[in-house]
Amino acid sequence: MTVTAGHNIPNRSPLMAFLSRWLLTTNHKEIGTLYMWLSFVLFFIAGAMAMVIRMELFQPGIQFAEPLLYNQMVTMHGLIMVFGVVMPGFVGLANWQLPLMIGAPDMALPRLNNFSFWILPFAFTLLISTLFMEGGAPNFGWTFYAPLSTTYGPPSTDVFIFGVHLMGISSVLGAINIIVTIFNLRVEGMTLMKMPLFVWTWLITAFLLVMVMPVLAGAVTMILTDRHFDTSFFAAAGGGDPVLFQHVFWFFGHPEVYILILPGFGIASQIIPTFARKKLFGYHSMVYATASIAILSFVVWGHHMFTTGMPLIAELFVMYATMLIAVPTGVKVFNWVATMWRGSITFETPMLFALGFVILFTIGGFSGLMLALVPADFQYHDTFFVVAHFHYVLYPGAIFGIMSAVYYWLPKWTGNMYDERLGKIHFWTAIIAINMTFFPMHFLGLAGMPRRIVDYSLQFADFNMVASFGAGMLGLTQVLFLYIVIKTIRGGKKATGRVWEGAEGLEWTLASPAPLHTFETPPKFPTPEEDYPRD
Amino acid sequence: MISVTTRFRLHRCLTFFALLGSSNMAFAAEMDMRAGVTDMSQRILQLHHYSLAICVVIGLLVFGTMFYSMYAHRRSKHPKPATFHESLRVEVIWTTVPILILIGLAIPATSALIDIEDNSDADLTVLITGSQWKWHYQYLEADLGYYSNMATPEEQINNFETKGRNYLLEVDRALVLPTDKKVRFLTTADDVIHSWWVPDFAVKQDAIPGYINEAWTRINTPGLYRGQCAELCGKDHAYMPIEVEVLAEEEFDQWIVDQRLAIELASGQAVADRAKTWTMAELIDIGQQVYLDHCATCHEADGSGQGSTYPALAGGEIPNGPMAAHISRVMNGAVDTEMQAWAPQLSDLELASVITYERNAFGNTTADIVQPITIFEAR
Repeated sequence: MTVTAGHNIPNRSPLMAFLSRWLLTTNHKEIGTLYMWLSFVLFFIAGAMAMVIRMELFQPGIQFAEPLLYNQMVTMHGLIMVFGVVMPGFVGLANWQLPLMIGAPDMALPRLNNFSFWILPFAFTLLISTLFMEGGAPNFGWTFYAPLSTTYGPPSTDVFIFGVHLMGISSVLGAINIIVTIFNLRVEGMTLMKMPLFVWTWLITAFLLVMVMPVLAGAVTMILTDRHFDTSFFAAAGGGDPVLFQHVFWFFGHPEVYILILPGFGIASQIIPTFARKKLFGYHSMVYATASIAILSFVVWGHHMFTTGMPLIAELFVMYATMLIAVPTGVKVFNWVATMWRGSITFETPMLFALGFVILFTIGGFSGLMLALVPADFQYHDTFFVVAHFHYVLYPGAIFGIMSAVYYWLPKWTGNMYDERLGKIHFWTAIIAINMTFFPMHFLGLAGMPRRIVDYSLQFADFNMVASFGAGMLGLTQVLFLYIVIKTIRGGKKATGRVWEGAEGLEWTLASPAPLHTFETPPKFPTPEEDYPRD
Repeated sequence: MISVTTRFRLHRCLTFFALLGSSNMAFAAEMDMRAGVTDMSQRILQLHHYSLAICVVIGLLVFGTMFYSMYAHRRSKHPKPATFHESLRVEVIWTTVPILILIGLAIPATSALIDIEDNSDADLTVLITGSQWKWHYQYLEADLGYYSNMATPEEQINNFETKGRNYLLEVDRALVLPTDKKVRFLTTADDVIHSWWVPDFAVKQDAIPGYINEAWTRINTPGLYRGQCAELCGKDHAYMPIEVEVLAEEEFDQWIVDQRLAIELASGQAVADRAKTWTMAELIDIGQQVYLDHCATCHEADGSGQGSTYPALAGGEIPNGPMAAHISRVMNGAVDTEMQAWAPQLSDLELASVITYERNAFGNTTADIVQPITIFEAR
């Protein structure tokens, strides 16, 4: 997405120059661009899998996907969306924006940065290649519960394990880089409590990544040794415990879902003040709320496992801890609303996506609170109610977060304004399609439709058809997004350095597009033109 | 292939949003959690409504404030933004008020949960064992047990026949339970994790290999209740329904007596089957049906299999190899694969006929005949 030329090495063919520029780059902006494109490409691949799923569920009966293929689609859609779209998308934004927002010339560990990106294309090539292997791709859901993934997993499970290891290494290295950058390269005067919220949320996310990705690595390694080295971690017949797998997986998995949303909180906290032309309300409580959510995320993994036969006392503890997460999350939502209150609001595309994020994420939060109530969870668990819940927090949450960030910073990256009219069309079609796709899933779940089934009984037909129509519309509208991004890269109205009238922060003191190398001499902080410097 | 029913459903979809506002009871029933037929299922429905109502009220307040702000504080109406950005007092208020609301939610949830987990003093215990992709029910007090398989024919699934009213939710042999008795369920599994769920009882309990989990219900109304496996358990996870027939207490006791009698008769029948020498045609006739009921879901009706996971039987190594190995594979299954042990699930006659069928169908021409007595001796 940068239009600035890299370091040209003389006497090379254009192709070699192109390859060496992108393969060997250690520039945070170029690496950020690579992450964003990888995320974008995988978004369409995993989205296409969602289309297969929704086509099959359009009507009762088997039409397009046999059960084995359907299970592969469900698994790969989840894995790629989580590890290939949202995580690299957020890391790409971090690469681009963190140095610009803290006044650093680059990430602290640029070569490591290159390495952590270039692991990923190989990891996902491996993962996607399993679709073409004998026995098919992994078909046990992205949660790969044992023994379905051990004794009964297809041969490609081993390739999947290797791919997950690679992704984990990439994430941990990327997270270390982010932590080191934030702690060491902040401009003079930017104390921790003066950092922009996006930087704060990413700092906390990076700590979550460093703590839980090794747990995931441990889980897949135990799966591997159970499969091939005669261990019985998860095999009851050998004295192991299938439920142990779920404990280990969700000890990773629950912090993971906050990894997928905290940077989105940060993005909303940047964008809403800009377009409300008013300082973020309750900066300190926003930071403390984010930290509380992160800490609580380590003690609530059991709420994914209420039906496994947990003892009463554990169910009660996990239920209370889970309900408690609603408090800091509520504080964040209230602060965003208070930021808007008596501001001077305009509704450019980034703001629309940020508002869509707050409203629909909150709906996902409500269903999350309902799911925390154990007796009701016995009815909701493993139904489409859960599918509706996590798509509400992930699509209008994580994905809308990334999209609003792209619209917000794209003029800074490319020097061109995106097409505002198309951006608004993208937003409105997306928000209609999202609700049409995922809202009826609440009803399906309540009426008794289990998740991950290839075929369903007749009383579920109507809402499934509505959801499939919505999904088709949702898929098409993202093609429009791709068009808008490409159009902006290729040209358009020139953006000013400040881009947005109400924007605050160091990145807006730079020219648009941001030159390849920035802040080689540290900027002044707070910036002289900031109307309302932080206290 | 847009059929008339499709167009009809399409039409209903389009009018769906129009109907949302009206009080259409048919839709209302499909949109809410099922009330069910136990005190607990109704209590959970109340909890669901209570938490939903709290969420809706909070949502209306928060979103109402947001939309009001979007309207009243938009730049064209409110050009000069305020400068306030902090207030300890409101932060304290909107931290403590939600905590109080949560306590109000936690109290009914806790009391319901304590009752759900009280598995003591059951009148009747049923051991439920999940395996790919069927349920086995064992009445521990009555020494009675049987498998329950989905009864929906392949033709309906593949759209060659009109789908029945209970499409995918019907079984060959339902679990039978009495009303007004505390029934305890013990759940476990033979292979992977399954989950036994009947929404009308509000019972969902994972069936995990190596574990025996507990749950209980007390059903108020006789009738037929349906559910499905709720935990992804492999290829045919969607085809593992549950059907429960609930009888009044005296009818249930009579049913148990009848079942005991049927077992006596069946063992007499088995002796007769063993005594008889069956012809190839007879065995193939029975064997084909057994094959379609139990084997075709993986190995396919034409024996072509599905890749390496479910090997082809047409020209396959085992159906064309030594007969003893074939019998052993069908009776005992294959370790660490989805090939199950069928010896406990099928009768001598069924096993003999399906093996005979496999050795003489799909182009396999061994001309071997397996008699029930051979199976009986192999047990």
